[in-house]
Amino acid sequence: MIPLGYFIGLSVLLFVLGVAAFFIKRDLMTMFMAVEVMLNAANLAFVALAKSAGSPAGQVIVFFVITVAAAEAAVGLAIILLVFRQKKSIKAEEMRLMKG
Amino acid sequence: MEIFWLIPLFPGASALVLAVLGKWLPKKAVSWLACLSVFAAFLASAVSFFGLLRVPAESLPVVKTLFPWIQAGSFRSDLALQLDPLSSLMTLVVSGVGFLIHVYSVGYMAHDKGYRRYFTYLNLFTFAMLILVLGANLVLMFVGWEGVGLCSYLLIGFWFEKPSAANAGKKAFIVNRIGDAGFLLGIFFIFLTVGSGDFRAINSAVGGGVVTQGMATLIALLFFVGATGKSAQIPLYVWLPDAMEGPTPVSALIHAATMVTAGVYMVCRLNLLFTLSGAAGQVVALVGAVTAVFAATMALTQNDIKRVLAYSTISQIGYMFIGCGVGAYAAGMFHLYTHAFFKSLLFLSAGSVMHALSGELDMRKMGGLRKYLPLTYPAFLVGAIAIAGVPFLSGFFSKDAILTQAFAQGQYFIWALGLMCAVLTAFYMFRLIFLTFFGPERIDPQVKEHLHESPRVMTVPLVVLAFFSVVAGYVGLPVVFGERANLLTRFLEPVIRPEAEGHLSINTEWMLILASVAVALCGIYIAYVFYLRSPRTPHRLVGRFPAVYRLLYNKYYVDETYNAVFVKPLVGGSRAVYDHFDLRVIDGAVDGTAAAAGFAGKALSVLQSGLVKDYALAFLLGVAVFLGYLLF
Amino acid sequence: MGVFLFFLLAVLCVGGVLGFILSRNQAHSALFLVLAFTCLGGLFGLLDAPFIAAVQIIIYAGAIMVLFIFVIMMINLEQGIAPERKRWTLGLSAVLAVFLLVELALAVRGTLGTLGRTGGETIGSPTELGRLLFTDYLYPFEITSILIVAALVGAIVLVKKEGKE
Repeated sequence: MIPLGYFIGLSVLLFVLGVAAFFIKRDLMTMFMAVEVMLNAANLAFVALAKSAGSPAGQVIVFFVITVAAAEAAVGLAIILLVFRQKKSIKAEEMRLMKG
Repeated sequence: MEIFWLIPLFPGASALVLAVLGKWLPKKAVSWLACLSVFAAFLASAVSFFGLLRVPAESLPVVKTLFPWIQAGSFRSDLALQLDPLSSLMTLVVSGVGFLIHVYSVGYMAHDKGYRRYFTYLNLFTFAMLILVLGANLVLMFVGWEGVGLCSYLLIGFWFEKPSAANAGKKAFIVNRIGDAGFLLGIFFIFLTVGSGDFRAINSAVGGGVVTQGMATLIALLFFVGATGKSAQIPLYVWLPDAMEGPTPVSALIHAATMVTAGVYMVCRLNLLFTLSGAAGQVVALVGAVTAVFAATMALTQNDIKRVLAYSTISQIGYMFIGCGVGAYAAGMFHLYTHAFFKSLLFLSAGSVMHALSGELDMRKMGGLRKYLPLTYPAFLVGAIAIAGVPFLSGFFSKDAILTQAFAQGQYFIWALGLMCAVLTAFYMFRLIFLTFFGPERIDPQVKEHLHESPRVMTVPLVVLAFFSVVAGYVGLPVVFGERANLLTRFLEPVIRPEAEGHLSINTEWMLILASVAVALCGIYIAYVFYLRSPRTPHRLVGRFPAVYRLLYNKYYVDETYNAVFVKPLVGGSRAVYDHFDLRVIDGAVDGTAAAAGFAGKALSVLQSGLVKDYALAFLLGVAVFLGYLLF
Repeated sequence: MGVFLFFLLAVLCVGGVLGFILSRNQAHSALFLVLAFTCLGGLFGLLDAPFIAAVQIIIYAGAIMVLFIFVIMMINLEQGIAPERKRWTLGLSAVLAVFLLVELALAVRGTLGTLGRTGGETIGSPTELGRLLFTDYLYPFEITSILIVAALVGAIVLVKKEGKE
């Protein structure tokens, strides 16, 4: 039916777009969202390959990835909130305490 | 006799105990421990000596290997001690005289605040000296050699707060080191030619023709350089007069009886080598003779009691080297043995005089002391008579033995120098006696108030030493009393072949004896005239030959010459090296390394920008590289 | 039919992501991303993974992105933030991104043009997945639940304001 290659190609494209987004954006929120994009690209690849190999293990992995991504998003956003409370800004350049 | 290896252990253990626990021990305990340990060494030496007499000559030397010490490829050196007539004689002298001096020190150093430190060093010295004489190979002997050098430094500079004493200690050590360089080179060459430092191996190698005459000369001369350092001969004698800064018992033990004689012992130990090389022996005898006269001339003008005795020591050791140089090693050892008694007697008596006069050393401030020091005076006198070579005392026999042998070997020039030295010796010794004990009193009145004879603990050793100064010579009667009368030579035969000695007709022998006696009495008489009969004579003589007097009084300006020629350039050179090399290159390298590390750190810290993006970039880079690696 | 659906969803997805990148307003970016994730859910459906597709839309698009939007609202920034100025790292990252794209393309080129066995409908059904989760993958399942609890507690603790005392 639909060639596997299309899905994989899309996954690669999405991943690279996510990487580019991470480097282009300057505020923490959007950078974090770019990370989510990358995760989803990987998920797409997993599901496609699961279908291709006929193994449901791929889908189980995706299930876990989504779960963990949810947890990570929760904690990450909490941290961003804290940072914002301290610094009143979420510009990534201003987070330089670890310099040197 | 099997216990001879314990001999050095007693003072060694005592030194260790004193070093570690000395601070907390009461003074009495320190005295008893130090003296008894040396006495124990003496007893062990005596027992070993008697045991040795029963051992047949073929199984000598008796060697006891304590454990293999250095083994590096073909180089092997064990910790082994050997007992034979030569080393036995030395152990008796060292421990016997050492014991008496330890006892004397109890009285002399009684009020010194470094009492415990003193006895620690003194015991340590005794230990090192015994190792030196008992060592069965060159390496162990060198260990003892360096050990006594170290203790000499420690004891000369005992009162280190005094700059002159500290400097004297340094001078002694450094000058000795120069000699030690020669010694070391000698050891290296021995190992090169013989393959081992063991004395038995050396002797059999020399006897078996393994060592050529040229090589033997080289090695012997190198060792003799070491001897000139340790035994204060020309050119390395300059440290000994300065060494009088140390306490008087130290001067007696180290710089009269034992350490300075180590060079003589060493030459005798290697006598086969010196005999094989005729030239080396000649050099030794010549240096000895010249030194003897040279030092005696300097003793003529000194006003400090101890300095006179110091130059006298240098001179007498020259005698011993004359003996060794002409092949009469036994005669050299004989003089070493008698000299130990009367020289230490002289030094200890001088110490007694100083003690009585609250530390006064200058003879110009003495005079007429014989009334006040009824024990010290006779002791001193006995020592002086012995050293002058008056018949029937020990010095006469040993000096005569040396001079006779020199003559017998045809070394007339050396014999003449020896004779001249005898005159000078008698003269300056009696000058000392007359100035100190006779004549008008020139004593400082404040000092005179405290004038007192020394305590028994100091005078008893004097008496003992005086006794030996008289009788010790009878073991070496000259041939006129019978061919086999010289017990000492017979005793030393297994080590020192008597074929090296010459023989003379009875008449010639008597003539030589008479010559020595005449010369000695002559010297005494001249001193009597100069200092008692017409005391203005010396002054008139000085007035007539002021330049000569100045030359002698300033010790021929040798110290100043050495200073200008060697010391100053070395110090200057060292400073230059320090400024240009040490500070710039070495410090530069170290600082540079630190600076480089800092710089690298700074450079790398650019990567630590604190920005998340940059770290992510690093991730990306890593992923790209890794993927690339996997793909291609 | 399937291919047409695929390209529709793919274009919408990529478009959503591009919109996310290019938008200056964070809220807009978040919404674009919601679109992208929803399309992704559709793609999962195309791949015979109905359960995962549902989970994706409910959790990812519906919960996680909503969370993002909540926080954006709390932060309440007045204006958007312009994207990155020119810095040397920008150039480097562009280069690397392209490089990565090329590499990945090379890596997967072997698979282009094939679709393996069909495997049937059964592989993606909830029954099947559930069975797997509770047998072969029990441990990860349990541990993940603990992880969620930890994240929950952590997030609450982190954000709690300092107490009056």
